[in-house]
Amino acid sequence: MKLLTANFLSCAVKSCKSSPAAFPLHFRDAELASTSVPYNPVLLTNLLPRLDWPALVTSSKELGFTLPDSKPTFPALTRPSDGGEVTPALGEEQETALRTLHRVLMETEVVEGKMVCGSCGFEYGIHQSVANFLLPSHLV
Amino acid sequence: MYPFFRRAPRSLQIRIYHPANSQLPFKVLYHNRAQTRFSSSAAVMAENQESISTSLSPVSSLPAPMREYVIHFAQVHETFRKPELEALATLHNIEFQLLNYTEKSPFARIALKSDEDAKLLISRAILTKAIYELWGSGQTYAAVHADVKARTTHLWPHYKTTSFKFDFECYNGARSEPQKTSLIESFSYVGFDGPIRMRNPEQLFVVMEDYEATSILEPERLAALRLDEKLATPSCNPTHLDEPHQIYLGRFLGKSNRAAVEVYDLKKRNYIGTTSMDAELSLITANMALVAPGKLAYDPFVGTGSFVVACAHFGGLVFGSDIDGRMIRGSKPGKTLRSNFSQYKTEAQYGDMFVSDLTNSPLGRFGSVDGGCSEQIFDAILCDPPYGVREGLKVLGSRDPSRPKQPTIIDGIAQHTLKGYIPPKRPYSFDAMINDIMNFASTHLVPHGRLCMWLPTADEDFHEFTIPSHRNLKLESVCVQNFNKWSRRLITYSRNAVDMDNIQAAIPAELVGEAGRTADALNPFRRKYFEGFKTPDPSS
Repeated sequence: MKLLTANFLSCAVKSCKSSPAAFPLHFRDAELASTSVPYNPVLLTNLLPRLDWPALVTSSKELGFTLPDSKPTFPALTRPSDGGEVTPALGEEQETALRTLHRVLMETEVVEGKMVCGSCGFEYGIHQSVANFLLPSHLV
Repeated sequence: MYPFFRRAPRSLQIRIYHPANSQLPFKVLYHNRAQTRFSSSAAVMAENQESISTSLSPVSSLPAPMREYVIHFAQVHETFRKPELEALATLHNIEFQLLNYTEKSPFARIALKSDEDAKLLISRAILTKAIYELWGSGQTYAAVHADVKARTTHLWPHYKTTSFKFDFECYNGARSEPQKTSLIESFSYVGFDGPIRMRNPEQLFVVMEDYEATSILEPERLAALRLDEKLATPSCNPTHLDEPHQIYLGRFLGKSNRAAVEVYDLKKRNYIGTTSMDAELSLITANMALVAPGKLAYDPFVGTGSFVVACAHFGGLVFGSDIDGRMIRGSKPGKTLRSNFSQYKTEAQYGDMFVSDLTNSPLGRFGSVDGGCSEQIFDAILCDPPYGVREGLKVLGSRDPSRPKQPTIIDGIAQHTLKGYIPPKRPYSFDAMINDIMNFASTHLVPHGRLCMWLPTADEDFHEFTIPSHRNLKLESVCVQNFNKWSRRLITYSRNAVDMDNIQAAIPAELVGEAGRTADALNPFRRKYFEGFKTPDPSS
């Protein structure tokens, strides 16, 4: 389970859908792994508008990463079809911010652990990087 | 491979008509290789030279800026070919028009604005092989030669010294090597003097022949072929007539992505399951879903990942889920869904996979404080939902609706907290599943995002098969793959930019209720499958 994906997920229990506490799910007993993924600034700037920033800050903190309190802004990046340099070129500070984001969103994943709903307290297990969101019959 | 002609015309005077200025014919004098001299005045010469270098395209009767090209399709999955091309045109924002398309022929003329558009349009196509600049077409070689001369005479000097090669593409027919040689020689009037190269020629010219007589639509032409007489001769093979009915000469511009079908062949894939979608159809589905770099794609019935692997090939960031986690985790280390991404070197496109059920999906951000379309996450949703034939369709829940909603506790331990707990599942109706998929797509797709869904139908049902609709989803295309007694359809929708109504769609009451308990009662397709797709006996 990547931090990126965690930003898209809330509790699967129907009665939690209206509760603000059901998003984001909270990591517990998380065992982290880092996989090397090629840095893709164009993808990151595409993803950024779809991220719920406060939720990402919360999840990152639980796994020991610190992100700025407000969503950073970047110009819309494009890469020419021949695979050349990304335009427009970013400043050093922006580049560093984007690389941090890359490490947090794309390269870090929870291999074993739990995701817990802040509303109902249901625990979703993560095993071999795959989270299980199936519910027992009394919650369906 | 094939013999080629070589001719060096000396002091050959040709009168050509420039397309942009046909009132003013001018003369071109060939002296020898690569030397062109204009006999007109210096001023006219300069003007003409400029227009020649800027409009190096064949003469076409189409209104500017459209030009004519020949597209060579693969002769498989014919109903998917046009929708795939339309999807790619949408993706690349290219304007095109098929001029003489039929599903019975692999060749068609197509109008496009430029060579660049032509190359880009088919660059990631799966059901296309290549695209060519049209140099001439006709029903006989005499007609082709006349057409080539009318369209391209002004281009011949331009290709005079470049290396080149002539090749043949025959559909439903064949030519012997000597026949090919003499047919290629018959084009020698273009006067190319450049070296003939079998490998990597600068220019590749291809003669395309279409033999399938039955694809001729005009009755007079079909009659002229005197098929009845020929078929009466025992030695005649009706699909291998002596002469093609349609011939094209084209200059090769670019090839498609069809080679990917081999690369992603299931036989060579590390990890597959019993219901993996074949590589060709998966890649086509990804094309129809407009998956591209920077886009997010999701398969809610991911299984062993046929679609997500195809989406990763086109650069999408992929997500998937399945009610059965064993499919995702695989049987043993190295045989997992993720290992397929390592095999194809697309690990960077792997987003995440998780275990979930579409009716109780965790996807969505219901408590989001960030506001705005917080559920609209994906650019594409692709799925081949279970047909429920091998195993009845299942969703989470208890078979017994009267069962109290309480955790099962044995020896003081809530059973669902135990490791290895398997939640109970209940039978699910096929129609309810389709409805759930459409509603899910409506809420989770970004505006203009696409839903690609495969659905099975028994052939006899065709008249009663209604294409599922949803007020927030616009139908883009329907493609059919026929099997012996049943068929399946790939249905593509795009998400409307604006909600037509409140997002929660009304599900017909009969689909929500416990209309049936057995897999057959809930799934008419499954019932027909096991009845062998027989037509019901009216007497019984």
